[in-house]
This record gives sequence, C-alpha cells and structure tokens, in this order.
Amino acid sequence: MLLEVRNLKTFFHTFRGTVRAVDDVSFTIAKGEILGIVGESGCGKSVTGFSIMGLIEEPGKVAGGEILFDGRRLLDLSDNQMNEIRGKEISMIFQDPMTSLNPVYTIGEQIEEMLTLHSSLSPRERRKRCVELLRSVGIPNPEGRLNDYPHHFSGGMRQRVIIAIALAAEPKLIVADEPTTALDVTIQAQILKLMKALVRERNCSMMLITHDLAVVSEMADRIIVMYCGQIVEEGRARDVIENPSHPYTQGLIGSIPKLNEDKSRLETIHGIVPNMFELPEGCNFSPRCRFCREICFGVKPDFRLANTEGHLIRCHSACGVSEGGNEV
Amino acid sequence: MLIVLLVALFGPCFTVQNPYNLSAISLSDAYKPPFWVEGGELPFVLGTDQQGRDILSAIVYGSRVSLVIGFLGVIFAGGIGVALGLIAGYFGGKTDALIMRLADVQLSFPTMLIALLLMSFFEQGVSNILIALAVVGWVRYARTVRGEVLVVKKKEYVEATKVIGLPNRQTLVKHVLPNVLTSIIVLSTIQIGNFILTEATLSFLGLGVPITRPSLGMLCSNGFKVLYSGLWWVSIFPGLYIMLIVFGINLLGDFLRDEFNPRLK
Amino acid sequence: MFKYLVTRIGQLVAVLFIVSMLVFFMTSVVGDPLQLLVRQNASNEERQAAMEYLGLDKPLYVQYGKFIVSTLSGDFGKSYMYHTSALRLIAERFPATMEIVIVAMLLSGFIAIPLGVYAGAYPKRMLSKTVMTLSVTGISLPSFWVGMVLIFVFGLHFSVLPVSGRGQVGSLLGIQTSFATLDGWKHLLLPSITLALSNMATILRLTRAGMRETMKQDFIKFARAKGVRNRKVLFGHALKNTLIPVVTVFGLQLGTLIAFTTITETIFAWPGMGKLLIDAINAGDRPIISAYIIFVAFMFVFLNFIVDLLYTLIDPRIDLS
Repeated sequence: MLLEVRNLKTFFHTFRGTVRAVDDVSFTIAKGEILGIVGESGCGKSVTGFSIMGLIEEPGKVAGGEILFDGRRLLDLSDNQMNEIRGKEISMIFQDPMTSLNPVYTIGEQIEEMLTLHSSLSPRERRKRCVELLRSVGIPNPEGRLNDYPHHFSGGMRQRVIIAIALAAEPKLIVADEPTTALDVTIQAQILKLMKALVRERNCSMMLITHDLAVVSEMADRIIVMYCGQIVEEGRARDVIENPSHPYTQGLIGSIPKLNEDKSRLETIHGIVPNMFELPEGCNFSPRCRFCREICFGVKPDFRLANTEGHLIRCHSACGVSEGGNEV
Repeated sequence: MLIVLLVALFGPCFTVQNPYNLSAISLSDAYKPPFWVEGGELPFVLGTDQQGRDILSAIVYGSRVSLVIGFLGVIFAGGIGVALGLIAGYFGGKTDALIMRLADVQLSFPTMLIALLLMSFFEQGVSNILIALAVVGWVRYARTVRGEVLVVKKKEYVEATKVIGLPNRQTLVKHVLPNVLTSIIVLSTIQIGNFILTEATLSFLGLGVPITRPSLGMLCSNGFKVLYSGLWWVSIFPGLYIMLIVFGINLLGDFLRDEFNPRLK
Repeated sequence: MFKYLVTRIGQLVAVLFIVSMLVFFMTSVVGDPLQLLVRQNASNEERQAAMEYLGLDKPLYVQYGKFIVSTLSGDFGKSYMYHTSALRLIAERFPATMEIVIVAMLLSGFIAIPLGVYAGAYPKRMLSKTVMTLSVTGISLPSFWVGMVLIFVFGLHFSVLPVSGRGQVGSLLGIQTSFATLDGWKHLLLPSITLALSNMATILRLTRAGMRETMKQDFIKFARAKGVRNRKVLFGHALKNTLIPVVTVFGLQLGTLIAFTTITETIFAWPGMGKLLIDAINAGDRPIISAYIIFVAFMFVFLNFIVDLLYTLIDPRIDLS
C-alpha cells in the first residue's frame, strides 16, 4: 500500500461550534491505483486531500487518526520534513487553473521552482526538463512558452501547466482536487485523458477528488463516496457505478441525465445537505433517504458488505435496496 | 473617544482658569512644572507655560478648537466631495472625466503640501483652514463615492426608478446615496483624525489658527520655543493629547472598516 | 511605450500649466511683495520704481506671460531675502532634503514591509496585534511632536545626539553629503526617524492589508503544496503580488515625505528645501515659493513616471501601452 489513511478526523473549530469536516475516514491507495473520491461540495473530500498534504489551515485541525505514506507517518512529521514530501512525493493539482498559478512569475520559473526544490539538476538540465514536461502535457512550442506568464494562457493550457508542475519531481502520488471542474466540457475530456495517460505511464498513484461521477467512472479504479464527512460507499469503480448500493450513491447516479433513456424528469435527491453544525443523530443521510427506517434516525450505521467483494456501504437498509428497493 | 468629547464639551467648567482671559493669568505662576515634579504645585496639574497659563486648561480649550476644525472640515470636504462623486459617477461622460482628472492631478500631490501652500497664501484663521481642508479633502470622498455609485447604478432598483420616471436628483438622494453611506461614514471617521493632524501641523508651522484661539498644534508650537530651556511639559502634553484623540478616532475607523469590508469576510 | 511617453509628457505639461496658473494668481492676488523691498515710509516715487523693477505695474496677463517665459527658462527671479536666483537656492538645499528623505525611506522600507508581511500572514498572533496597535499609534502621532520628544529625550535629557543643523559634510562620489562623515550621520539620525515614523505606519498597514488578501489566494496554497518553504512563500510568492499597491504608496509617500520635510526641517533646523519654503512663506518671498511649487510639481510627475515603470517590472500583466 502506498497510502493508508486510518480513522482520519479533521475538525474546524469556529465561533458557531465544531465542524467535523472529515470524521473517521479510512481508505488505502495502492501503487499505480487511481482512487476516486466523490461527493457534493462540502462533504469533506477536499479537506481529506489537504489533510494528507498537511495543509489544513486555521481554524481547521487534524484531530485524530493516522496517515501512512510509504511507511512514514505523515502526521508526526514537522513542517520542514513535510516540505520534503510535498511536491516531491505527493503533489497536488488544484481546482481552478485561473488562480492556482502565481501571476507574477513565468511558467518556466514556476516549473523550475519544483525542480530547484526537489532535484539536484543543474540549471541547464532544469531548463531542458521544463521543456520536456511542457511537451509531455501537450503544450505546443514549449521552448518559446517558458518565458510566458500565466495570463498568456487559456484555462485549459494553464491546467496543463499545473499538471506539468505536479509531475515535475516524479511524485509517487498525485492528489487532484476537482482538476476539471473549472474547464469547458470539451477541454475536460482532453485533460482527463492526458492525466490518465501520464499517471499510467509513470506508474504513479492518484487520488481524484470530484463531484462529477462521470469523471470518476472514466478514470478511477476504485471509488469512495463521501457524505457529510464520512465514507458512505466504497468499492471497485464498476461495482459502485453499475450497482450502487447506498441510497445516496443511487441518488447521485440517478440524477445524471442519460441519453438513451426516455424520461421526462431527472431524478433528484430531495431535501438539502444538513447543517454541518447540527448533524442528525443517526445516519447523516436519514433526513433525505427514501428508504429510511426507524433505526436510521437513532443509530449511526456501520460498514457492511454489499453484493460483491470489497464493496462496502454504510447503511442500515440497503443490500436488498439495489434491486429496486421497497419504499417505506 | 467619548471621554475626549466630554472633556471638550464640559471641560471648561472644571478648569482652573480661562486661558483666553488675560486677567486670570498671572506671570508669577509662569514656568511651573507638572505637580509631581519638584517645584510644581496644584492646581496646575500639568504645569504652566512662560506666561503662567495652566497647561491643562489650555489643552481643554485647545481641544475644542481642534475638534471643531476636524468635524467642520469633514462636513465641508465631505459635502463637496460626495456631491461631486455622485455627479461624476451617476452622469458619467465628460463631467465625470473632468472631475476625475482634476482629482488625479490633485492626488499626485500630498495633501499636507497643498494645505500648507494654500495657507501660505491665505491669512491665518479658522475659516481659511476649513477652506484649505475642504480643498484637500474632497478628492478622497469624490473617488470613493464615484466608485460605489458606478456599482449601485447598475442595480435593478436604480434602473427601476428611471422606468417610473423619477427625476435624477431624487434618484440620487433617495436611492443611490443611502447605499454609499457606509463608506462615507468610514471615510469620515478617518478623515476627522487626518484633519485634526493636518490642522495641528499647520498651526505648528504658524500657518494655522490665529494666536488668539490656540489649537493643540498651536500650543505645541508655543511650547517648542521653550523646549530648549527644559520646559518640556509645555509642548509634550498638548501633543500627547492630539495623539490620544487621533488614536481613538483611528481605532474607531479601523473597526468600522473591518466591520463593513466584505472582502475580508 | 512611445504612446505612453507622449501621454505622460502631455500630462506633465497640463499639470505644470494648472500649477503655474494657480501659483501666479495666488502670488499676484495675495500678499504684497513691496513691503519687503521698500522702506516703511517710502515715497510714492520709490514705490513706483520698485513696482516697475518687479514688473508689477503691467496688467496681469502680461505679468503671467512674463512669468511663464521666465519659468520655462528656469528663472523664477531673485529671492527677495537672499538676492540670488530662487531656483539656485532650491537646488542648493535639495541634497540636504534628499538625505533625510532617503534615510527615512530606507528605514520604513526595511522595517515596515517585513513587519507588514508578518502581520498580514498571521493576523491572529500576539506580535501582529502589537505591531498593528503600534501602527495605529504611528499614524496618530503628529510628526512635529515626535520630533520634539526625540529632541528632548536624546538631545537634552541624555545629550547623546545633536538636534540641530546638518553637521559636517564630506565629499562622496563628488557630492557634498552628510553620508560621508560620522558627524553627518549623527545629525541625520533624529530628523530621519521623525520623518520615517508615520510613513512606516502607513506602509506597514498597506502591506498587511495586501498580504491578508493575497494569502487567501489559491496560488499560495499551490506553492505550499509544491513544498516551498514558509519564508519563501511569504516573501517570494505573496509579497511580490502584494507589492503593486505598496509601490504606488511608496511613490506617493515619497511625495508626502518631501512635504513633511518642511516640519522636520523646521524643528531640527535642517538646512533643506522645506525649511527654505517655510522661511520664504513667513517672509513673503514669492520667487522662492513659486520656484518650490514648480520644482515639486515637476518632481512628482517624474516620480509617478518611475512608479509606473516599476509596475511593469513587478506585474507582467500591466502593459504601459
């Protein structure tokens, strides 16, 4: 296992109370694996990513759990030691390419910074490597563009630059936080394809955070579905997509418009995401769940096996539900 | 802040003498240090100056002059600036260009310098100071208000007033002005402090209020003449009081600005 | 770039024109220079002669025309007080003023910007709050008062530093300057600190405000995710983005400093342009006042030009043309 997250808890302490943004989350990522983390905005998926990077800022705090990366316990490392890991072993791709690049440095300088920090290449070698990297992410005329500033690039091109930066130090794991959300749909597909190809080629692992099930289904080997800071379903990508077992996942998949089905209305998950300050006593999803029973309001559900091996859900009802379900 | 205001309003009832009333001052009381220093005595808590004036009384009276100039200055500068800003922002076009170019030219010069040069041409006096302050102060108001008006103008409720045929003046006063009021208040708070400082500085240089109505800056200037003879209390205390007043105003201004600044929320 | 230069020069001309008009009418309408030249009980003929000597008998527009012509050739007339060219007087005093301005600027730059970066990056820390309170005090202090307190404490009470005049000047790179001698530096210290104090507070507050906004940006988090060390994140990535408004204010502050030299120089009897101006105002010495105003106006337009150039160096998104 490359990354092992055990019982991670990241809380935000604010004036109005404590937000349990990530509450008891455990998962693993194997070498070369792409793990998709899916959920609505505010479900804690990004915070999970930042917790691994050690970049949780005030008022947030990792309150408990363990993060093992390549055998090292990341939570025990000092900030300086983490700087050796950030960028070099785990790198990150951000959501909005328009704001992630520093506007006052050339892209060449920004890629090179990574190499200066994490490699022992000579200046000339660094420059060569920058050109290679830009070429590999599909930027035309890379030599000529090294001295350009971010504002000379379009959104899609900037995201390619960011990918190049993320790959620069040959990391073992890439955390990609909504890497295509801010892009045009046509460009999304290109970027996803590029990322998948590059990750496979370098045999590095990836944690793909997104709210878009379509993205995940195309990319990921395994999928984790998060809701209100907790994992509600976990399994191999195909199992989760084709055979969603948690009512929330079913709702998510149901709300994707399908071209080949003639339906006059899209399915929606009714209700709204609960207030993170006042989570329900029982299952977090209970107020919105179609299959909710009495037990759901009172007791937090535990993981249990769904139909297939390695396919886990956190639900009292479920199991039978996947065959269509009987509404209560 | 409240204390400063109260002192200015009611202070004169409690001071030992009226510094303007020459008969109340006796030269035999001159050069007295503050009472805790050797040679000092009550009731001259903060000592006396070279003419036997009680420093504390002078500060109380002086602060009234300073505060009045600060407030009136803001009202004048604010009045002109807000009006010009509203006009520039709301009507746009050539009026806007003219007003804003003028503002640009003026902004490239420090306010202190303009005030100083203006006062070098004017006679000393409270009303001339107010004119100078209004001349240097309107720019910031005009700029702030114009910027906000440009935003507010695009809002539906302002557009709607045009549809129902409200005259421009009413739209401006009733619908646009209330929306820019918070910034005006925040700016005014800071400007009062600035104006008090500017006036003090001008007076210190002998270009401010006349000697018959000494403001705090004037008191410092008087005291400076005897600083080298070791009479530090004559100049230090009035200056300290200016700092207290402006400090209070600035804290209030900072607080208001942070409260109303959506970008930091 | 060429187009930019042309507009800049156009602006310069416009500014100088407005300023010269104001200066001329202000000086013509207000104040009577005759008082200085002529004896109290001068006869009418004597007054007449003096007026002709100064050209005051001609109509205003002729006077203005003459004023413009001579201004353009750098001739502001002779100072009534010193009987030498007003512009030369100012030029002579200019280095002394620049000395305290430069030291004050360096002081505020090297102290205020790092403190501002710190206070902006960690707004919740104790030290930041202390720094902020001090900065509010800084902008609330009347600078003449600071000068007086410094004189009293260091000059009179402890008698460690000289409080008056410029001290010894030495020659450095062919220029006569206080920087060359120890005595010069001693004299320089207190006026510069006085001048720097409120300026420091302003720059500090601005840097902090800018940093607070910059630190929320994605690229800061991205830099951290790259494993960039904290200090480099603050001073490399964040500060460079914050610098743009700071540079503007630095430019403007330089102007403000020059204005405030009038006060500092008066207090410390520093023989610079500021003191010359105050003396001239008190004596009603018109040529010096006009020369000073035009000189300063020219300098400010030039400063703004430099600030614009600096922008393009810091922010690649700005294109002057």
